[in-house]
Order: sequence, then C-alpha cells, then structure tokens
Amino acid sequence: MESPSLLEMRGIAKRFGDVQANDGVDLTLKCGDILGLLGENGAGKTTLMNILFGVYAADAGRIAIDGRIAHIRNSADALAHGVGMVHQHFHLIPRLTVLENMMVGQSGRGLRLDRGFALGRMREIERSFGLRLPPDARVGDLTIGEQQRLEIIKALARGARILILDEPTAALTPQEAEGLFMALRAMAGQRMGVIFISHKLHEILAVTTRVVIMQQGRVVAETANDDTVSKKRLAELMTGHEITPPSKVPTTPGRVRLRIENLQTRGGARPSLKGVCLEVRGGEILGIAGVSGNGQAELADVIAGVLPASGGTLEINGTKVFRFTPREVQALEAGRIPEDRMGTGLVTSLPLRSCMVLSRIRERRFSRWGFLKHRAIGRFADQQIRSFGIRAAGNHVRTGTLSGGNLQKALLARELAWEPTLLLAAQPTRGLDVAAARFVHQRFLDLRGRDGAIVLISEDLEEIFALSDRIAVMFEGRVMDVLDIRAATVAKVGLLMAGVREAA
Amino acid sequence: MNEILSQVFQVGFFAAVIRIATPLVFGTLGELFAERAGVLNLGIEGIMMLAAMAGFSTAFFTGSLWLGVLAAVLTGVMAGALMGLLTVSLGLSQHVSGIGLTLLCSGLSFFFYRLIFGQPSSLPKISSFEPLALPGLADIPVLGPILFNQFALVYLAMAIVPAAAFVLYQTPWGLNLRAVGENPHAAYSAGVSVTAMRYQALLVSGALMGLAGAFLCMAQYNAYTFGVISGRGWVCIALIVFGQWNPWKSAAGSILFACIDALQLRLQASSAVHLPYQVFLMLPFVLTIVGMALVSRNALAPAALLKPFRKEAR
Amino acid sequence: MTGIRLELRAQSPWWLNVLLPLGAVGATLVLCSGLVVLAGADVFTAYSKLFLSSLSTAFNLVETVVKAAPLVFTGLAVTVAFRAKFWNIGAEGQLLAGAMAAAFIGAREGLPAWSLVPLMIAGGALAGSVWALVPAVLKTRYKVDDVVTTLLLNFVLFYGMMALLDGPWKDPLSGYPDSPDIRMEAEFPILLRATRLHLGVLLAAVAAAGVWLLLRHTTLGFEIDAVGENPNAARYAGIHLAAVTLIAAAVSGALAGLAGVGEVAGIHFQVMAGLSPGYGYTGIVIAMLARLNPIGVVPAAVFFAIIITGAEAMSRATGVPVFLADVIQGMALVTMLAALMLTQYRIRLNRPGHE
Repeated sequence: MESPSLLEMRGIAKRFGDVQANDGVDLTLKCGDILGLLGENGAGKTTLMNILFGVYAADAGRIAIDGRIAHIRNSADALAHGVGMVHQHFHLIPRLTVLENMMVGQSGRGLRLDRGFALGRMREIERSFGLRLPPDARVGDLTIGEQQRLEIIKALARGARILILDEPTAALTPQEAEGLFMALRAMAGQRMGVIFISHKLHEILAVTTRVVIMQQGRVVAETANDDTVSKKRLAELMTGHEITPPSKVPTTPGRVRLRIENLQTRGGARPSLKGVCLEVRGGEILGIAGVSGNGQAELADVIAGVLPASGGTLEINGTKVFRFTPREVQALEAGRIPEDRMGTGLVTSLPLRSCMVLSRIRERRFSRWGFLKHRAIGRFADQQIRSFGIRAAGNHVRTGTLSGGNLQKALLARELAWEPTLLLAAQPTRGLDVAAARFVHQRFLDLRGRDGAIVLISEDLEEIFALSDRIAVMFEGRVMDVLDIRAATVAKVGLLMAGVREAA
Repeated sequence: MNEILSQVFQVGFFAAVIRIATPLVFGTLGELFAERAGVLNLGIEGIMMLAAMAGFSTAFFTGSLWLGVLAAVLTGVMAGALMGLLTVSLGLSQHVSGIGLTLLCSGLSFFFYRLIFGQPSSLPKISSFEPLALPGLADIPVLGPILFNQFALVYLAMAIVPAAAFVLYQTPWGLNLRAVGENPHAAYSAGVSVTAMRYQALLVSGALMGLAGAFLCMAQYNAYTFGVISGRGWVCIALIVFGQWNPWKSAAGSILFACIDALQLRLQASSAVHLPYQVFLMLPFVLTIVGMALVSRNALAPAALLKPFRKEAR
Repeated sequence: MTGIRLELRAQSPWWLNVLLPLGAVGATLVLCSGLVVLAGADVFTAYSKLFLSSLSTAFNLVETVVKAAPLVFTGLAVTVAFRAKFWNIGAEGQLLAGAMAAAFIGAREGLPAWSLVPLMIAGGALAGSVWALVPAVLKTRYKVDDVVTTLLLNFVLFYGMMALLDGPWKDPLSGYPDSPDIRMEAEFPILLRATRLHLGVLLAAVAAAGVWLLLRHTTLGFEIDAVGENPNAARYAGIHLAAVTLIAAAVSGALAGLAGVGEVAGIHFQVMAGLSPGYGYTGIVIAMLARLNPIGVVPAAVFFAIIITGAEAMSRATGVPVFLADVIQGMALVTMLAALMLTQYRIRLNRPGHE
C-alpha cells in the first residue's frame, strides 16, 4: 500500500506582470518525505512555496492537504492547515525573547499571555526532535544557527506537519547544517513532510528522499534520491545544460594591493573587529569565509571607508588610509560591490543612469563647476549597459525595476568602469541565477588576470572554493587562519568557521 | 527667590500639574499605540483639534458632557481610520499623510465651528466638568487634594496608564501589536494580520487623542478656541521619544512637561519676574527640544516605524 | 481577497505630472462641495466666487499674483527639503525669522539707503537658514527627529517674536504689538504702477528657476536626490550625508526666509502677529501637489493664492465659512498623496482565479 499524500498541489499558476512565475506546477508530498525542491533563482520555487503559505494567491490550481481541498488565503490559514515555513531571511524580532517570539500570533486562551502553555510546547518539541533553546534569551543575542532553530521550533509549536525550509543552510557552518539535517530526519521519522529548497546540490543529495527540479516556472524533472542520481546529473537538469566551472588560469602574485595590520573597530551595535591582519596581492583572489555576523561586513565597511577603525593600519596600493572616507578609498583605485545591492549599492528609485555614476559624479567627466554633464552621463550609462549586457529599456528606467542579476551587473559596471586594482566584493552572487553568477565570476577572474586583487566575502563556500587563491576564515572579529586553496578542505574551513582551531 | 518658591510649590500647584498632564497622557498613549504598531501618527494635532470641536459642540447643544466626550472619541476614531486608509491600506508616506490629516482636521474644525457658532460677540461656553472628590481618598492630607479631587477624566487617565502597560506587555493582542511594529513580516508569518493590527492600533490611537481633545475644552477650559491645542499634539510625539516608547516613562514625561507648563503659568502670574508672558509660553517647547536631543541618540524606536508593509515585498 | 494589484512602473509618463494634481484638485472640490451644501449655499455659486473673484479684475489678478509670491517661496523651501528627506515642517517659523531680520534691517537709520534692500534680502535669507539649521544639526549630530523639532521650533519662534513685539520691539507710535515700520527706502520697488506688484514677486519667479537649475543640473541637486532616496547607498558612494542634509536645510530655510522678506518689504512694512496665515504649512501642500518639482510649484502656488483670496469673497457672498480654504488645502494634500500611488504603480485588475 502506498502511503497517503500529505500534500498535493495541482496545476498551480501565478503570473507577475510579464513573468509567468509558476506555470501549471504539480507537486506531491507524502508523510515521511523530505522533498528537495531544486532550481535556479527565478525558477519559481519560492513563489510556489509562498502560494502554499498563503503569501500569494495563485491565479489557478488547487491545493489539497490530507486529501481535502485547502483554501489558503493567508498565513493564518496555512498555519491552521499545518503548513509551517522557515524563510530564508528569518522572521524574528531581535528585541524580544525566544518565548515571546514563539507566542506572537498565538491566540491565547484568556486575556493574558499564556507563558506556561508556550513553555510546555517548547519542552515537547525538545523531547520529540531534540531542538532546544533558552526560553528567556533575547533573540538578538542568538547565533544564526540558533535563530534558525527558533524558526523551526516556532513552526513546530504551531503544529506544522508540512515544513517548508527556504535555503536554510545559506548562513550555517557545514557542521551546523549537519545538525539541521538530523532534526529534519527526526521529523520525517515522525511522519511529517519536509520541503527543502536549495541550490546546494550536495545538501540535496545528503538529506532528501525525493527531488523535484523546476525551471522557468515548471517542474521539469522529478526523481527519487537513489544511487542513479549524481551532482552532475542534478546540475544538468537544473540549468538545462551542462555547466562547467569557471576556468582559473594560474597567476603569479604581484605587488601588495591591500595590507591590513591589527585592524580594530569599536563595537557598539555591531560586532567589532579585534585585530585583523590580512594582505592581498595583485593577481590574487582572497576569499573570506565565515558565518555572517563575525565581522566580515565590518571589515568590508572599514576597507570601503564607511566605518572608521579605532586602531591598526589600512594600506591600499601602498598608501595608508587615514581619514576613512569612501572618496579617499575610491581615489586609491579601490572598487566595491556592497553586500546589499538594493540597500547600500544602488538607489532603486532613481533612474539607472544616476546609479551608474553615483560614486563618481564629482569627476570632471560627469560635471564641471558643479553642473552636471547630462549628455556625458547618458553616453556613459548606455555604453556600460551595452558592454555588460544589462537588460533595461534604456538608461532612464527606474533602477528598482531591474531584475536581481541586472542590478548586480549594473553595480559591477559602475565599479569596474574605473578599472580598480583592488575590488572588494561582498556576497556578489547571492540571489543570482547560474548564468548571472558565472558572468560575475568571469569578471572577477578577468580582473585577477590583469593583476588586480579581489577580496571576496561570501557565505557560499562553493563560490569561495571555486574562485579563491587563499581563504581567510573569520570568527568573532578575528581571522582564525588563512589557508592556501591547495591545502584547504570544506571540513577544515567549517571547523574554523565555528571557531575551532585544530591542535598544531 | 524664596517668595517665588513659596508661591509655586503649593498643593494647588501640584493639582494643576496633574490637570495639565491629563490631556498629554491621553495624547501620548494614543500616539504610543500607533507607533508601537509601526505607524507614526502625525495627525495627532489635527485629530485633537477636531475632536475638541466635535465634543464641545455636542456638549453645547445636548447639555450632556459625556455625550460630548463620546462625540470626541468617535471623531478621533474616524480620523484614525482615515490615517489607516492612507498609511496602511495605501502604504503612503506616514510623514506626509500625518501632516495632511492634521491640515485637513484643523481646517474642518475651523470650518464647522464657524458654521455652527458663526462669529458671536462673546465666546460660547459650557458648564464644564466639576472636580469629583473621591470619598475617603480625597481627605488624605496633601495627596488627597492633589490626586483625588480631580475631574472624572483625570481618574480615567490615571487608570489608562497601567491598563495600556498591561495590554501592551501582558496580553496576546499587545504582543502581536509590538511584533507588527518591530517586524511585520515575522508577525505575518506567525498568522497575524498586519493590516488589522495597524488599523486597530490607529483606532485606539484616535480614540485616546479624542479624549485629549475633549478634556481640553470640557474640563481644563469651558470653551473651544482655535488655539486650544497649540502644539500639545506635537509635544506628545516628542514625549514618546523622551519616554522611549514605554507607557510608564511616557506618562512620567507628560507629568514632567506639565510641571514645566504649570511653572511657567505661575511665573507669568507672579510679580517677581518681569518678562513678556510669551517667553514663558516658549519655555516648554525649548525644553522639549533639549530633552529630545539628550535622549535621541539611544532611542528605542520600534524597528518597523515608518515602514509600510506589503506582504510580498521584503 | 482583493481584486486589485499594484505593479511598479519602470518610468512614470510625463502627463501624469499634470494630470494627477488636476485629478487631486478635482476630487478635493467634489469632496468639499458636500461642506458647501452643508453650509446651505449653492455649490456652483460658491465655487465660482471662490475661483473667479480673484481673476475678475486686473487689480484682483495682480493681487492674486502678489499673494502667490510667499507661497512660491515656501513651496520651494519644502521642495528642496523634502527632496533630501529633511522633513522641514518649519517653513512657517523660517518665514517669520526672515521677516524679523528684514524688519530689523529695514528700520536701521544708520545704513545707507541703497544698501537696505540687498541687506534685507541677504539678512532674511540668512535668518531663515540659521533657523532651519537648528533642526538639521540636531538631526545630523544628535539623531533627533526632524519632523518634531521643526514643528516645535515654529512655536518657539512665534512666541519669541510675540515676546519681542510685546516688549522691546513694540511700535512706540501705535502702541500695538507690532514692530516699527521699515524706512521708505527699504520698501521693495513696485514693478507695476498703482498695484502692489513688488520686487518680491520677481524674486519668487527667479527662485523657482534657480531651484530648478539646482536640482536638475548641479551635482548638489544630484546628491540631494541620492541622499533623499537612499542615504545608505549615497554614503557608501562617498557622498557626505550630513553635509548634503545641512546644505539642503540651509537652502530650504533661506527660501522660506525670503518669503518673509517679501511680506515685510513688499506688503506690510512691519512685523506683526498675523504676518503669515500659515504660508509655511500651505507650502507643504503646494510642494506635494507639484510633486516636488520646482517649476510645478509656481502654478500650484497660484492656485492656492486664488483660493485664499477667493475664500473671503465667497464667504461674504454665500456665507460659507472662509475656512473652506483650509479644508481644501488639507484635502488636496490627502487626495494628492493617494493619487501619487498611480505614478509609482500601475493598477491592474486581477481576474478571479480558480481555487
């Protein structure tokens, strides 16, 4: 006898403007399944799951849970049907405690908040799945891994039997990810269903029982996760063609582009740097690995001149940086791809042309005596749009209407236009599809080939390993170690990311 | 100097402080509910003005003060709903919507007052609330006359501070409200309707602002004038910053401000200081700005304040 | 649930800039006609009085233009500030600061006659700037919310002014709480004989062109937009946030100050309590109606000048309270805001889906 379907989605369709995000998608989840939902960015995975969770209303199609049609119009309906979702960006309130976060949205019996009830649920979940957290800790003080655990506990506490996890391992160390997989297997063992969205193939292979692959809004393949499935095969199914890793030609390190000695920052609201030492030479990519929140963002901000250092020295192309202003750093031929392209990179409500010259508007090329040279700006923008293949209907379009990949290309176009000799890139391919990510990687390798130096901050270890010549691992504001790519392994880096130094 | 001090620090002075603080407590708590849900309600000044006018007119014609209070509260609730329509449903700029609401409400209050009362030679007046001595409590020496020989609405304000604290921190509704103000996406994914919570907060906010307006022209004064609010709404917004978005601290801030205000009134009347009275009127505003400058750096504003919520967007 | 969906526009078409304010004003008039009916007047008569009385004679027409001058200035002041997301609700106070400076300078006997007008203009602009810089510095240095401080400072300045007028600055001749008249030579020259069309009107037109030039064609304008739209990205791109905010505030305050100079040097020749019937607040409505476009400020200001002057005539003729003008201002801001949604988003109707 086949086990009954926990969830059936049939003919789900959803359109956003001109984009058919979901086009007649069928999906079945059985009790005890861990379903891997695989696909590039923009393939429609998240849209499908948001429909299941009630964030979007589908244009067509139906959803059945336990064989009964379910009308899910909002998240409250989804929760009532036993659907829980852990979003890629955590939906937590840092100022509240673990327990308070759990109690949000719970229609308590009586007038007062029911602390005892929530505590009881936490204990049950600890017994069943081995997931525990201190109830009175402030969520803002938890690590990323703990915050994710809280998201899962929250979903389980609301009685979720179908748990959706959207890119859950993006910010975890490999060891933390393994812990997560244990919990997921425990859930599957208790006849729950798990939907696991990822584009990390090895994780899909490691944890799922079945794999569904989406492409351009449709399901293109479905397979049980057995011996016939390999990483290479999944990758081909996902992109529709064979993918080759970017080719990295050997280079000889040139002159020192960036030297950091004993760099420190005062903390306050942000993690502080506690004596960082690094050196990057021309023709070299230095990957910086680490769980987010261990000082990488602060290091990037100091190098970019946005965050002043409280101690230590920073030297770019042989010149010491004293004043820590973005303009001074720019003048030393340093470019920068900030982590949050919508937040700190581009001004989404301004036209694309303005964004293309944002950091250089005072240069003679674009203005004189304080007056703008509109024609020169337009010409420059058009030229960059062409040479980077940015898909936009002209240089006057509102920047925010571009897709993620095109936004990132625009940012690259702006920063690379001045041929920097040092490029600082934070999470440069987050949220991009494979083709766009390859484009970005190729530009980095081109710059490396021209004796440029690149500092690559990324939470994606695959990216770090594919591009870097050396890998620095950060933990709690310090560089744990710098490994040569030939000596580095995922396990080694993972331990360093967790702050564990191997005995010498 | 001693003469001034003895003039100032009498039982009557402190009773006046409590009286002056009352509309500020109502207004501040009203604003607090809106802001904790993530909406800056800059309509406060206009809502208080329109509610005061509606309450006063109702009381004038029905002869019932409590009907007047009810009218003021309902007016506030309606204005709160309009604010919700603009900032929650349409997701418009909270700054500009609030200013628009204030301009609209104050315009309406002038318009209707003139329409109803014309331009009479003497100011239309009502017989305002009488102090209500609480039996037993009012006889306590010193404290009695200060706290327990007050208007009924003053007692309401005294009760509403702990009630607001209880609701915000001890009930599921309050937790959901704070969650919506801190991270609406988190609240939404926990099954809370962000739209409904923000509307509810704005309605409560409007009702409390209505009470503030009612108190001003039916208890503190017995008439409506165009200058009846004269910046008190804006002061309430400052008091929340000063009170770090906490009901107790904001109420304490209201009393502190009331002290300064009562003091300046005494100084105006006192013969010991010779300055134009407007200098004293100015004083509370200057001190409010100074106070904000002192605390603003480590302000604890709700994280999602001013941010419209669309469930699809991040 | 909802059948309407909003979709982000890639570019907003130019005609929306004209159509939206017209639509907002139309909706406002429709909504306000209810009030006219409540007041027992005929809507058509009341509106025709409201709009046409100020245009009926050449003299009234000029008076309307004169009335528009301070509104152009405050509208521009708000435009510059809001573009930088400096929430300057304090144009009213900055206007009074400029007026006080002008009245003070204009009454100085020791100054040579030819220097009075330029000094009043410069002094008024400076006073407005300084008064706007107070909240700007509090914002950039101490992170104090600018909305509240600019609002509170209006009261501070108003009471401060009244204290002066009641005390040391009281006009010794009349004994009223008004400042002494400025010297004859300090009065703005009249541009059109037998009218009150003074130099300030010309200055307002020049200011509109100047602000347009500033915002559209200079690096400062570019940076003001960048800071206003995304301060973080601007900072990372090397734009000095605090400096741009302070400059925008100073320009904004100077423009509001000039409104006050015009009123003193062109109309009243002294400072008194009723100098500004809320021009600073009307400036906000005007700026929003013009979609923060300095050229659009001019017609928007003329429109409100018509309403403010026409309201008196309407009130006399029909008995509708003169405060209808205030209601129209508030209502226009609200409807314009709602209409603004249409520039950023396209409204699409959802066909009901199968479930």
